[in-house]
Amino acid sequence: MPPIEFTKPHDVLVLGAGNAAMSAALTARARGASVLMIESANKDLRGGNSRHVRNIRYSHNAATDYVTGRYDADEYFKDLMRVTDGNTNEELMRFMIDASEDCADWMLAQGIKFQPPLSGTLGLARTNAFFLGGGKAMMNSYFKAAEKAGIDIVYEAEVEDMELDGGKFTAAMVRHGGELHRVEARTVVLASGGFEANIEWLKEGWGEIAENFLVRGSPMNTGKVLRAMLNAGAKPIGAPDQCHAVAIDGRAPKFDGGISTRIDCVIFSAVVNKNGERFYDEGEDIWPKRYAIWGRLVAKQPDQVAYAIIDSKSMGLFMPTVYAPFQADTLSDLAEQLGVDAPTMEKTIAEFNAAVQPGNFNATEPDGCHTEGLEPKKSNWARKIDTPPYYGYPVKMGITFTYLGLEVNKQAQVMMNDGKFAENIWAAGEIMAGNILGQGYAGGTGMAIGNVFGRIAGEEAARHARN
Amino acid sequence: MPATETLNEAKRVMQICNACRYCEGYCAVFPAMNKRLTFSDGDVTYLANLCHGCQGCYYACQYAPPHEFAVNVPKTFAELRGETYRDYAWPGIFKGLFEGNAKWIALITLLLAVAVTAGVFMVQGADVLGGVHTGPGAFYKVIPHNVIVYLAIVPFAFAGLAFLVGLLKFWRDIDGKASGLVHPGALIQALRDAGQMKYMAGGGHGCNYPNDNFSMGRRHAHQMTMWGFMLCFAATSVATVYHYVFGWEAPYDYLSLPVILGTLGGIGIVIGPIGLLMIKKKADPAPQDTKRTGMDIAFLWLLIATGATGLALLAFRETAAMGTLLAVHLGIVLAMFATFPYGKMVHAVYRLGALIKFAHERRE
Repeated sequence: MPPIEFTKPHDVLVLGAGNAAMSAALTARARGASVLMIESANKDLRGGNSRHVRNIRYSHNAATDYVTGRYDADEYFKDLMRVTDGNTNEELMRFMIDASEDCADWMLAQGIKFQPPLSGTLGLARTNAFFLGGGKAMMNSYFKAAEKAGIDIVYEAEVEDMELDGGKFTAAMVRHGGELHRVEARTVVLASGGFEANIEWLKEGWGEIAENFLVRGSPMNTGKVLRAMLNAGAKPIGAPDQCHAVAIDGRAPKFDGGISTRIDCVIFSAVVNKNGERFYDEGEDIWPKRYAIWGRLVAKQPDQVAYAIIDSKSMGLFMPTVYAPFQADTLSDLAEQLGVDAPTMEKTIAEFNAAVQPGNFNATEPDGCHTEGLEPKKSNWARKIDTPPYYGYPVKMGITFTYLGLEVNKQAQVMMNDGKFAENIWAAGEIMAGNILGQGYAGGTGMAIGNVFGRIAGEEAARHARN
Repeated sequence: MPATETLNEAKRVMQICNACRYCEGYCAVFPAMNKRLTFSDGDVTYLANLCHGCQGCYYACQYAPPHEFAVNVPKTFAELRGETYRDYAWPGIFKGLFEGNAKWIALITLLLAVAVTAGVFMVQGADVLGGVHTGPGAFYKVIPHNVIVYLAIVPFAFAGLAFLVGLLKFWRDIDGKASGLVHPGALIQALRDAGQMKYMAGGGHGCNYPNDNFSMGRRHAHQMTMWGFMLCFAATSVATVYHYVFGWEAPYDYLSLPVILGTLGGIGIVIGPIGLLMIKKKADPAPQDTKRTGMDIAFLWLLIATGATGLALLAFRETAAMGTLLAVHLGIVLAMFATFPYGKMVHAVYRLGALIKFAHERRE
């Protein structure tokens, strides 16, 4: 038997239940549309990757209770142009940034709570507003608002296929309680995230090495809706290997490790691969940009693993880690524990130490402490690793979200391969983030994309359905 | 020190929290945690007692069960607090009162109420116990003033001493510098935080209690309880001054200061605990230490009984019921004093100690 919600007629069907999906559903409902949300997770794990977020980057012209100063649309635009290296749809990016101005107010009106800027807000206190308690608390508020608004929500319901008649959505095939159901609606909003939890799909872009990637977010983000839409003739955007990925603790869970597994000590380390060799300038740039490049760097090493080596001098200079580091009084003992080629690692560290130049070490900004005559060099924070105990953290690539998605316009309408826009299909969130993020990332942008396009999608879908 | 297993679970959880820090906006626990890289036995004992159990961090937690990290800060800390209460209890011989606490509290209260009433009956006779007494000194015709004072002062002073010893032992483990406990600035800050129950406001929106909705209900009910208790204490203090300084004997006029304070206080310790009991009944058990719910409930009923018998005494003091009500009320008050160090009341002592420690850390 299908759940009763599947048999009722709905104006708007929303696939997914994260930030973008909620933005669409609440907006459509407020416009008078009847809304059904389909969430693949159960109640504990609901909300997709939004469950793991912490903040939203949005444009604002003055400080508020939640941000410490002005971050106007021009600055936001410049930041995104820099991180994407211009690999974007500039017009759409501009549009998103301008529209992001009322994101925080809109979220407050839904009952979402922000915290005042505090010490631990990662240097983003001016640009980003932080959710009180983080993403799961935000999602709890969203779900309360949705229930109050009378939005139908079915958990543990996964879309297997999309039924399209040309550019017109007719029904979604949804698996629930072990059975496949055909769910009709006048319009559909696709807000079901990316495919980072689908290792087989990741292999299409990355090859076999994707087997060793860790997925930082929801195991439910398998991209089934995206795949079904591509099969049904929707136009893709973005490269299959483009994603947000960072270096995280190699001992992290395969899925859902979230924020706590990150490793922040790279700048104070010598990072070696399993052969005991260094492979990149650990002191190249400051956090958080460098934090984001190390995922890819590690993915290119043998077995897609690397090891950040520090000595006791650096302990306490970076965020504490969820797993205790490996610890030893000699470098060779540490290498043995880590499973790294010990003689090579000892030689690598000896050469590194010999190349370190004198300087005034400063943990908080690029300090010019560098190596001479070493390949690859270390350009900042280079100090000898010579004071036991020594510590080592295994690091692997943790994938956060993917950029291959569906092309959309400013109305969040999905484009088909024939160049026409689908009649009653809109997309929001990670499934279309690749329109704006061709590569690179600036923290909190995903939430703004989800909210801005989610609201537009909800509004357009409601208008279409009720005409 | 609490059991190694409980301490280790708290350390495990704090190490995960310290690598996440999403909850820093909720209360004092997380800013205090941020100051540490590793967690000693004393650190987690301190943090557990700094936790007011608002539960905001549980519902917000991306690592809460069924996640394999299985983080449940309110439950973990409630369990550790429960062990704190038992293990810092003085003298040690009474630690066992924390096992099956509700049973002990009920038994002691019943015994004392019956004993005092029976005592009056045997010493004074049925005519005095059941007689109508009015005018100044009416209460003391039933139980002489000196007897009331001696009966009350012994358990009261003993409770004070037991609190102090427990606090000093707790402080030695969480900090070590005894001078820090009496630092005026820190003390004032801690008393202010306690008086306002600042951290029961979660991130400013209230507790996630009894469920994941934000609510000030628990904070307000708790404030009513605590300030009710304080008003009762003030009423007694004022009455003591009346008696010894001015030679005015109770019962006092309905509009006198001691009676007004006592009436308001009595209402507070009846209504506040009733509110807390009602919320507790609806509470989601997941973020709680359900093994010690009995301790909470027993203490709340003890307060209600104290307040209700006090108010009844006020209402019927000019009738033949006065003698019995006075004896029962005195018995219950004695039970409350006697069990203060061996029941839920001790949370106030260690919470204050933890708030003093936090006041120091905030200044650093």
